[in-house]
Amino acid sequence: MRLTPNFRILPCGDAALSVEFGDEVDPALNAQVLGLDAAIAARPPAGVIETVPTYRALFVRYDPVATGFAELAQALRESAAAAKPMESSGRRWRIPVVYGGEMGPDLDAVARRHALTTEETIRRHAAAIYRIYMIGFTPGFAYLGGLDPSIATPRRDMPRAVTPAGAIMIGGVQACVQCLAAPSGWHILGRTPMRNFLPARDPVFLMGTGDEVVFQPVAAREWAALEKAAERGEPVAERVAA
Amino acid sequence: MSRLVVEEAGPATSVQDCGRIGVLRFGLSSAGAMDRQALAVANVLVGQPADAAAIEIGPFGARFSAADGAIRLALSGAARDAAIDGQPVAAARSFVLPAGAKLALRPARNGTFTYMAIEGGIAGHKVFGSLSVHARAGIGSPIARPLAAGDELPVTAATPRAETRLPLPAPDDGPIRIVLGPQDDHFDPAEIARFLDAEWRIAPASDRMGYRLAGPKITCARGYNIVSDGIANGHIQIPGSGEPLVLLADRGTTGGYPKIGAIITADLGRFAQTPVGKPLRFAAVDVGTAQTLARAWQAGLDSLPARLETLSGLSPSSEALLAQNLAGGAVSALDTDTWSHS
Repeated sequence: MRLTPNFRILPCGDAALSVEFGDEVDPALNAQVLGLDAAIAARPPAGVIETVPTYRALFVRYDPVATGFAELAQALRESAAAAKPMESSGRRWRIPVVYGGEMGPDLDAVARRHALTTEETIRRHAAAIYRIYMIGFTPGFAYLGGLDPSIATPRRDMPRAVTPAGAIMIGGVQACVQCLAAPSGWHILGRTPMRNFLPARDPVFLMGTGDEVVFQPVAAREWAALEKAAERGEPVAERVAA
Repeated sequence: MSRLVVEEAGPATSVQDCGRIGVLRFGLSSAGAMDRQALAVANVLVGQPADAAAIEIGPFGARFSAADGAIRLALSGAARDAAIDGQPVAAARSFVLPAGAKLALRPARNGTFTYMAIEGGIAGHKVFGSLSVHARAGIGSPIARPLAAGDELPVTAATPRAETRLPLPAPDDGPIRIVLGPQDDHFDPAEIARFLDAEWRIAPASDRMGYRLAGPKITCARGYNIVSDGIANGHIQIPGSGEPLVLLADRGTTGGYPKIGAIITADLGRFAQTPVGKPLRFAAVDVGTAQTLARAWQAGLDSLPARLETLSGLSPSSEALLAQNLAGGAVSALDTDTWSHS
């Protein structure tokens, strides 16, 4: 299967552009984005500096001294013609999560809303195989697709001014692994000691867009040991077979 | 070796170079100097590469001292009064801060960021190719946060060499130019015209992440929520409040509000230097025009070393006298409004 030729190339100022495949959250659109991203990584057109795959568009930063908008747009059309949609990077991460209690203050309310027990809510959240559609907003923040629709929950009416680092949240049909503390209107189901972004660690970032994520519920008593390991720079999340 | 000691620094003083590459896809914006031209001028004056790391000093006052040895410095960017132990220092030229002396910088007068470059550069551990501090991410080197009183940077002692100066080209006070898109089709054409006709002011709640614009409320015909996509340096986002937000060096990398356009490369530094409250306007240009201007802007930076003028045979002891002689001319030379964009 080939990439759709139905995309638009739009300027983002004079040093970036957006290859827009659509305007929805849709796994098929994201697969187009990842496919083009992989094709560019394999054979970068002249002037390309870096790319940012997002839900439904590929952001391309380039050097306007080395190339021009029209010239690069043509080169990207050629990249797209040789590309295939990509569902996954082929990497999968198993991330430990402590659900509920002070680690997941919204778990009970989300369970009640869907007339589920908290155990069943955890089970449904942890049973899915997610894909990272985009990393953005703050360093390492992973936006995940693949949430079980039966626990999809509209965002909170009152966003929190701060949600903690490592928050495992859902908002609408989206799910996430948060990395740095930040304001959010999403529901906090649990927390992981895993840090996708840790400046002092090598590698600084663990997971990339297109990677798969599964969650491993762990007991609250395991938190302290896992957190210590994460602070030492251990990944805590495990690479598992996809 | 010498030590550059921070005696006092406002909240927005940090080590910056041209920022990092390859980390936008992980949600980390590039950081880097808010005014790359001013960074380049300061660096070239002390014999550093144009894109080397220097100290970006925010709009507030700051004081530095030299310990263990003399340090050669140069200032460029926002105009401000500068003095070494009470003796005025001229801008747009290199000078020596003698060991034990204090350099006092007053708040910026017409601009926001002043760049202080150091002969021999700033030693640090580059992360993703850059020393630039990204305060929100806690990344940067040699100190991974904005500078504060008591911080010290190990630097090279000033070498015996003639001082230099850089005559800067004519002013540009025209509108800040933008390229429309990628969500310009979410707005009624009349609303885009209103954005381009309006007089704007930068609101006080502005920083390296972004500048808020005060002016008319801009409405977005197709609503204020889009599925998140990537954000460029200088992208102008219209959130639900209708108050535009210009996203800059330390921005979030993706966002879910429509973007009406983005400031062109050649005007980004001039925009970042616009003081809070000063009126400004925008004008739309097509992407081809913007890229012609970007190439001319880059050529201007590349030509800086060739335009350097050497001040013949001055010892550090002549500095105070020379500084007094040149102080009168310092104001306009430091004033970024007097810089050409091309």
